[in-house]
Amino acid sequence: MELLNFISNNWSEIATKTFEHITISFTAVLLACLVGIPIGFLIANRETLSRIVLNIANIIQTIPSLALFAFAMPLFGIGSKPAIFALFLYALLPIIKNTLLGIKSVNPATRKAAKGMGMSQTQIMFKVEVPLAISVIMGGVRIATVTSIGITTIATLIAAGGLGDFIYTGLGMYNQPMIMTGAIFSALLALLADFLLGLVEKRLTSDGLV
Amino acid sequence: MIEFKNVYKSYDEKTYVIENLNFKIESGQLIVLVGESGCGKSTTMQMVNRLIEPTQGTIFIGGKDIKTIDKNELRRSIGYVIQDVGLFPHQTIEENISTVPLLCKKDKTEVHKKVLSLMGTVGLPYDKYAKRYPKELSGGQQQRIGVARALANDPDIILMDEPFSALDPITREQLQDELLRLHDELGKTIIFVTHDVDEAIKLGDKIAVMQKGKIVQFETPEELLKNPVNEFVEQFIGKNRLWKTPEMVKAEDVMNCTIIEVNPNRSVAQAIETMKKHNTTVLAVILKEDGVSNKLIGIVGANRFHGITDNTIKMKDIMKTDFIKIPKDMALTEVIRIREENNIMYSPVFDEHDNLIGIITNTSILGVLSQIMPKSEEY
Repeated sequence: MELLNFISNNWSEIATKTFEHITISFTAVLLACLVGIPIGFLIANRETLSRIVLNIANIIQTIPSLALFAFAMPLFGIGSKPAIFALFLYALLPIIKNTLLGIKSVNPATRKAAKGMGMSQTQIMFKVEVPLAISVIMGGVRIATVTSIGITTIATLIAAGGLGDFIYTGLGMYNQPMIMTGAIFSALLALLADFLLGLVEKRLTSDGLV
Repeated sequence: MIEFKNVYKSYDEKTYVIENLNFKIESGQLIVLVGESGCGKSTTMQMVNRLIEPTQGTIFIGGKDIKTIDKNELRRSIGYVIQDVGLFPHQTIEENISTVPLLCKKDKTEVHKKVLSLMGTVGLPYDKYAKRYPKELSGGQQQRIGVARALANDPDIILMDEPFSALDPITREQLQDELLRLHDELGKTIIFVTHDVDEAIKLGDKIAVMQKGKIVQFETPEELLKNPVNEFVEQFIGKNRLWKTPEMVKAEDVMNCTIIEVNPNRSVAQAIETMKKHNTTVLAVILKEDGVSNKLIGIVGANRFHGITDNTIKMKDIMKTDFIKIPKDMALTEVIRIREENNIMYSPVFDEHDNLIGIITNTSILGVLSQIMPKSEEY
């Protein structure tokens, strides 16, 4: 009851914070896609290079998120910029890894046939590899998105805004409904994003692959 | 026409996987490259569409050095069928077949028409299958589509790399038969790679037996079976294969070449003397016209003399005149069928100029069969 009261009384602020949250996490994932997917394609057929890149991405992943935010501060100051940068780094691993896996999962026979029929490298990439790998790549994007939405709640500590503000302010004031609001809305956001990306994935995946 | 000239392939500059290949493939022929795995047959084939580049030497198609043709252009002009089919799983059957013509920017309605007719050709009706995806088809059906896809851009040459090896024996046989039919209908040049000797003999107009990167023998299946060039070929093809493929034994292989002639005016007693002298039971009654051309007018077997005592009876009175002529390249199985159906003892064999070149008797057939039957068997 208290929770519902809190929500209805602070409706506009919740909307603003949610919007901030979305902006931060989605910008980060979008950037990670723009960088990570091409990297995945580039390293897919290079054994050593892909191992190096995956190791770097793995190391980044092991850095605690709070520490990563702190590392980003000297570079970008405080606010949403360092948050987006840190989240971008986090999102890279699942996206690169899944792109790599997706391309490697393409049956060699399919690629051989494509080559033997006279398709150029670019044609093989866009007409064969991308459509075949798209569901695995989208899987990576979904994981990255859900984690980003979760971690964005911590970004409040470097004054990035977002739904994390409710949680940390709420913790400081021991305001239960406030904490719950932040938690519930970020969880709902993650679920919704995953659901929508699932629809996109389904749309992009050929019926022949299901 | 495809020509290999002094072609070598080496991956380490030391050992050659292909060594000094020199051979020509005539247009419209179905050529089979056969050999054990690692003999270079697949490598040889893939050099034709430049999936593999030779280290040395030149390959010509229609007199043109293929190095001067753009790789992708070349590949689009050559049909390619592989063992694992390699259909695009994300595309419908129609999209799959249209791949190459659409890459070549051909008119869409034309391509659609082509797909329609090709699907009929390979026995998978358009209405039922065009909108399906590869995963909804059986292995055999997928390879039919693979063949249709290779034909879609009207290539003059088709390369087939063990296309039927992964299929069950019944489907394989069906597809082999259909390939032969297609080859007869379309007259494409086909290079077919297999490790299966039976398949090679069944399909090939000519067969190249390969060993360690070289062609050991490049011949028609019949020649290969009858005159293997060395022990390797003989072992590889199988010593007793002729026995297993009786359709390859021709009339001329089983006939008796010694023809004992007799004049139509000889009496029975004289004829019997001739038979005894030449140790035979059949005589060819020859009419010597103007001393130049010899014409077979009848056949007399020893059985015809039975009960004849009248010495005035001549050969021309008792000879069999309605004999059935056997062309020299008729298959033994057919010869046996004709002999059985008409209850014939002696079958004269003629060459393409209608000259009598031999006579088939039960003894001559048995003689040949005993030669090619397994000798090692214990009784």
